[in-house]
Amino acid sequence: MIEPDMLTIFLATALLIVVTIILALYRATIGPEVYNRVAAVNVIGTKTIVLLVIIGYIFERPLFFDISLLYALLNFIGTLAFAKYLERGEVWSS
Amino acid sequence: MGEKSSAKSGKGFGIFVTFCAMFLFWLLLSGILDVLHVGAGIICSLIIAFVSYDLLVTQKWDKMLRKSGRFIIYVVWELWQILLANFDVAYRVLHPKMPIDPSIIEFDTSLRSDLAIVTLANSITLTPGTITINIDQEKGRFQVHSIAQKPADALLVDKTMQEKVAKVFMEE
Amino acid sequence: MVELIVTILLVVVVLFLAAGVFFMLAGAIGLLRLPDFYTRLHATGKCDTLGEVLIIFGLLLYHIYYYSPGAELSVQLVPVKLLFLICFIFFANPTATHAIMKAAYNTGVKPWKKGDRRM
Repeated sequence: MIEPDMLTIFLATALLIVVTIILALYRATIGPEVYNRVAAVNVIGTKTIVLLVIIGYIFERPLFFDISLLYALLNFIGTLAFAKYLERGEVWSS
Repeated sequence: MGEKSSAKSGKGFGIFVTFCAMFLFWLLLSGILDVLHVGAGIICSLIIAFVSYDLLVTQKWDKMLRKSGRFIIYVVWELWQILLANFDVAYRVLHPKMPIDPSIIEFDTSLRSDLAIVTLANSITLTPGTITINIDQEKGRFQVHSIAQKPADALLVDKTMQEKVAKVFMEE
Repeated sequence: MVELIVTILLVVVVLFLAAGVFFMLAGAIGLLRLPDFYTRLHATGKCDTLGEVLIIFGLLLYHIYYYSPGAELSVQLVPVKLLFLICFIFFANPTATHAIMKAAYNTGVKPWKKGDRRM
């Protein structure tokens, strides 16, 4: 079983990460151009990886680590595809 | 990259290394050691190794071993630079007056290979106050956005990072 | 003796978590405060990378304390997965930052100069 002290510390860490996600969400909502929004969404995605790992320890489910690995790969590829689309107007260039 | 002579001499070694990497990654993700799972892993890794062996290994193995030895020493130095960079950015962000003076600079390097250029670009992005914007691989020209004058001088005048990366990949 | 080592380990874990959260908060504040797109990416590209890596490394140390040697193989492999995650973040985060920045520069987003209005 997880100790109560460490559980409190993990919960506090997760809450602070959620606060940073909300700050980034503000930038994604108002953010003057499309590039500010893409950057903010990328930041939210990378913060979500860490949040998933911490949730894996809070609920004691090792499966969450696989999900966070998958999320890291998907977030990276998604950002690259979005940047390429914004630059050239198409994703598959022949 | 991808000359025919180097690809031919290192084909068996390339297939072997790719197979080992893929199979270890399979074991890492599954973690179940019965005949069905391990057998499926071996078959999948073999298919991937035969299709894409030339993506991972592009040189002779003794050269790669020496390079990776020097690369680890470089990574230790790089970690220390990353720590400095973070304190620098945190200071600039949390300072009430925000001491920033952005500018875009250009410089040439002697690096040509893919891996060396990627290493230098990522190092520039992670170290104090600079981010890579554009790279011209033919000329080895880097365009860099710097947040203040001092980090720009570190790249333009001192050139410590370029020298270290060039030493790791031996392209002086 | 064992209790002392465990206490030191847990203190180190908490220090890693606190440092990571500090850098992530600094990155988020920078994302809000800095004047334009390029300088904002300075804050997110560096602070977020190190903050996330510090937090995951702290959890990796905690895992050594937490799971006994009798656990299943898939549970014992978790530190290796976390190490892979750390390497991947170090490789992928600067590349994503560079990709967005290159797209913005090539489509003609003007960089902010000292004395300009905030964007």
